[in-house]
Amino acid sequence: MATETMVKPVTEYEVVIGLEIHAELLTDAKVWCGCSTKFGAEPNTQVCPVCMGLPGTLPVLNREAVAYAIKAGLALNCSIAPEARFDRKHYFYPDLPKAYQITQNDHPLCRRGYVEFELGGETRRVGIHHIHLEEEAGKLMHAGDRLMEAEYSLIDYNRAGIPLIEIVTEPDIRSPEEARVFLENLKSILEYTRVSDCRMEQGSLRVDANISLRPKGSTKFGNKAEIKNLNSFRAVQRALEYEVRRQTEILQRGEEVAAETRHWDETKGVTVAMRTKDEEDDYRYSPEPDIPPFEVDPAWVERLRAQLPELPREKQQRFVEQYELPAYDAGVLTADAKVADFFEACVAAYGKPKIVSNWLMGEFLRLLREDGAEVQDVPLTPEGLAELLTLVDRGVISGSIGKEVFEDMFRTGKSAAAIVKERGLEQISDEGELAAVVDQVIAENEDAAAKVRAGEMKTIGFLVGQVMQKTRGKANPKLVNELLRARLVQE
Amino acid sequence: MELHDLTVRELRQRLAAKEVSSAEVTEHVLRRIEQLDPHVGAYLTVTADQALAAAKAADEARARGEAVHPLAGVPGGLKDNIVTEGVRTTAGSRVLENWTPPYDATVVRRLKDAGVPVLGKTNMDEFAMGSSTETSAFKKTRNPWDAGRAPGGSSGGSAAAVAAGMGYWALGSDTGGSIRQPAAFCGVVGMKPTYGLVSRFGLIAMASSLDQIGPFTRDVADAAELLNVIAGHDPKDSTSAPGRAPDFTAALKAEAKGLRIGLPKEYFTEGISAEVQAAVRQAAAELERAGATVEEVSLPHAEYALGAYYMIVSAESSSNLGRYDGVRYGRREAGADVPAMMTATRALLGSEVKRRIVLGTFVRGKERLPEYYMRAARVRTLLRRDFEQAFEKVDVLLTPVTPTTAFPLGRRVRSQMEAYAADICTVAVNLAGLPALSMPCGVGADGLPIGLQFIGPAFGDAQVLQAAYTYEQLAWPEGAGRAWRAGKEVDVDGH
Ligand SMILES: [Zn+2]
Repeated sequence: MATETMVKPVTEYEVVIGLEIHAELLTDAKVWCGCSTKFGAEPNTQVCPVCMGLPGTLPVLNREAVAYAIKAGLALNCSIAPEARFDRKHYFYPDLPKAYQITQNDHPLCRRGYVEFELGGETRRVGIHHIHLEEEAGKLMHAGDRLMEAEYSLIDYNRAGIPLIEIVTEPDIRSPEEARVFLENLKSILEYTRVSDCRMEQGSLRVDANISLRPKGSTKFGNKAEIKNLNSFRAVQRALEYEVRRQTEILQRGEEVAAETRHWDETKGVTVAMRTKDEEDDYRYSPEPDIPPFEVDPAWVERLRAQLPELPREKQQRFVEQYELPAYDAGVLTADAKVADFFEACVAAYGKPKIVSNWLMGEFLRLLREDGAEVQDVPLTPEGLAELLTLVDRGVISGSIGKEVFEDMFRTGKSAAAIVKERGLEQISDEGELAAVVDQVIAENEDAAAKVRAGEMKTIGFLVGQVMQKTRGKANPKLVNELLRARLVQE
Repeated sequence: MELHDLTVRELRQRLAAKEVSSAEVTEHVLRRIEQLDPHVGAYLTVTADQALAAAKAADEARARGEAVHPLAGVPGGLKDNIVTEGVRTTAGSRVLENWTPPYDATVVRRLKDAGVPVLGKTNMDEFAMGSSTETSAFKKTRNPWDAGRAPGGSSGGSAAAVAAGMGYWALGSDTGGSIRQPAAFCGVVGMKPTYGLVSRFGLIAMASSLDQIGPFTRDVADAAELLNVIAGHDPKDSTSAPGRAPDFTAALKAEAKGLRIGLPKEYFTEGISAEVQAAVRQAAAELERAGATVEEVSLPHAEYALGAYYMIVSAESSSNLGRYDGVRYGRREAGADVPAMMTATRALLGSEVKRRIVLGTFVRGKERLPEYYMRAARVRTLLRRDFEQAFEKVDVLLTPVTPTTAFPLGRRVRSQMEAYAADICTVAVNLAGLPALSMPCGVGADGLPIGLQFIGPAFGDAQVLQAAYTYEQLAWPEGAGRAWRAGKEVDVDGH
């Protein structure tokens, strides 16, 4: 009997990802009452009978919250419903004052939109299934790790009733990386529109991810896992990458992926099963009788559309055309509207867009990241940067000294001239002063000088470096070069 | 006429003429509550100090010659599901027995602004679920005219207080008859305004799309006076109608000529006792003799009202009652962990409340909502159309309120369905959001009052008051809420 070698065909799988994004709206007041939405106040100081769900209270819809949700919808290319209706989603949890959340189940405010972005040199489009408006719950703090094990728990209802939009994408995302890039683009659009500040660390932006795999070419969806507790865009990508590996292994073993909710463990880098879909609660949605259907006036929608700012992709395109920047630069600069605005102000003050772009993409963004700062908190002004760049242009300071000065300006807001003067950083362009140093360096480095004399020109760089070192970087490199050549090279 | 038996309008005249002061009147009524209420049980909380302070303030304003509100210094009571700042508000439930609200309901604010003294909070069925006030977690309220009978419910305490002279008026709430049925049982006037006419802000919700606050008084004109204070748009209640409410007293005049009355044939069925039907028909005949026209009309979908009503009430109330979990206010029962604490706290709810929560939670299930709740919502639309068609032909409908006079306390209903059938004449009005007024129209063989109901089209509250006032002037010119009893004293036997 002939032995056959069984070669198991390796199935290739397609990754199918859909995201649910919760974004707190930046309205001044909560969605059903007049309480402030300001972050960081003492617990339970921004509450009233309405947002505490006291017996007898009734919600009154904050039109501003509807306007913000509509703006988000318009920025994400959605169509806006002619009528907003609200429903109650029921569950018991101590942070939920009324034991139901007012949300929109059947009649979301916005439907059928999309986000376009570049990925790997290709334009991708991810559909938005719908956006609905709902309310935040309060916040629990446990004396212990989790509700069930805590000795006691404290509840802060400041957050209860802050307006929230839930953005639900179509299952159009095909890789964990694409999920992250989509989220970066979405965040940028929401920030541009000033609908949400999208601060994941403060919880004003939260993401749940649904992921399933299916054999390439198949049109039927596989069982999906819903991943929760994703605290950053990086975590979204990592968790989804983990899921791709986990689900691939399961499928390759010929088993079925369980439809379940999974928890991302950031430290261990794994997802853990929380509950299966069968165990999921029935939220017993029912129409909200306290809020009559809200008619959305098309003229109002058009007024809101007119208020939309230039969106990231439009701005990126304009930067390429108007400032002749590479697409990459334009993309980096326009990711954050505030950086883009800063860039334009710098160009207005100084000109030379590519040079400004280099400084902002390099030093400016690096320092922002290092300090965890926001553009508006940085004391450096566009006029200040223009002054600094002019000093470099005029040769008052060298480019490398410029970077030092920049860092100082970024943190203190002092003028470039003041810093240069204070720290004695003016470039030495005095020929007499530099000639002495050059002569000293030649004397101390006879070998190198001999090589240059013999025509080995690349060694001249070494000598320039020695001069720069002795002058702590202040020497005018062009002048140093000239002086060295005059002494070592026979014309 | 005893001081406590005056109508609001009569008292107002005496106050204006300075024949008596509000402080004297309020003290008199508080004394009466002290003596009588141990037998009747109308009040859960008496706020004597606050009432006297408001009375004195009204007296001082009058003494200074200020233009005071017509109701200034006229004391009355509030059903205990109407939220009062600084005064315990229980909704008749154990879970709220220690709850002192930090705010006033809009109606309370309006009464206070008008200088109206509030005597206290009246007993009610727990969360307004019941029709005898017996599901109250705290006490029984007795019918003032027969201590062995129920005062009706759920606003039984308010009806009994006004009937027994323990307040010149009282506010109740009506979700499916909770003002009109106790008004009929206790022999006073009770009105459920159009849905949206009176703010619900501060009314502890039972079924949000049906609940409405309304007054109990001794005559029809007083109901109009009370409505003038409490009606009108409230920005805190999105379901309250926009605009200013009309002056309901201005339109009152006794004029039967031209009044078109409809008798819906579906409301004169075998479930309604013969003496009740006869009394209602006699009222119609009196109006007809005075010049009104009377015709039979039909509300073809009437038979579906009860089923739809119980679906909607259960679904909405079970949703509204989820918040009583012991976390933020009210009673909290101990539990090993949070879910156990919540469960133990919710176990304090009474059996009628639990029954409706279970039913309501069931009908809100994912698969069941369309079948039950949404279908009930369609029935509402049909009922509304029935009424609209009837009101093309007539100005008001005249119907019974209850199948019989007040039933005995402790009555064991043979079936839940029997108890529910008692609501047949009242619930469709709530489903359609219409105004309706209940007033005495006669006396049964047992010596207890028989109720009559006027129903009007949406926002035809003035029309309803006008028709009821016309009938009252014909049949009970001293005030329907006291003329029928002709010297009958409050029953304090307590058997
Ligand atoms: Zn609030």
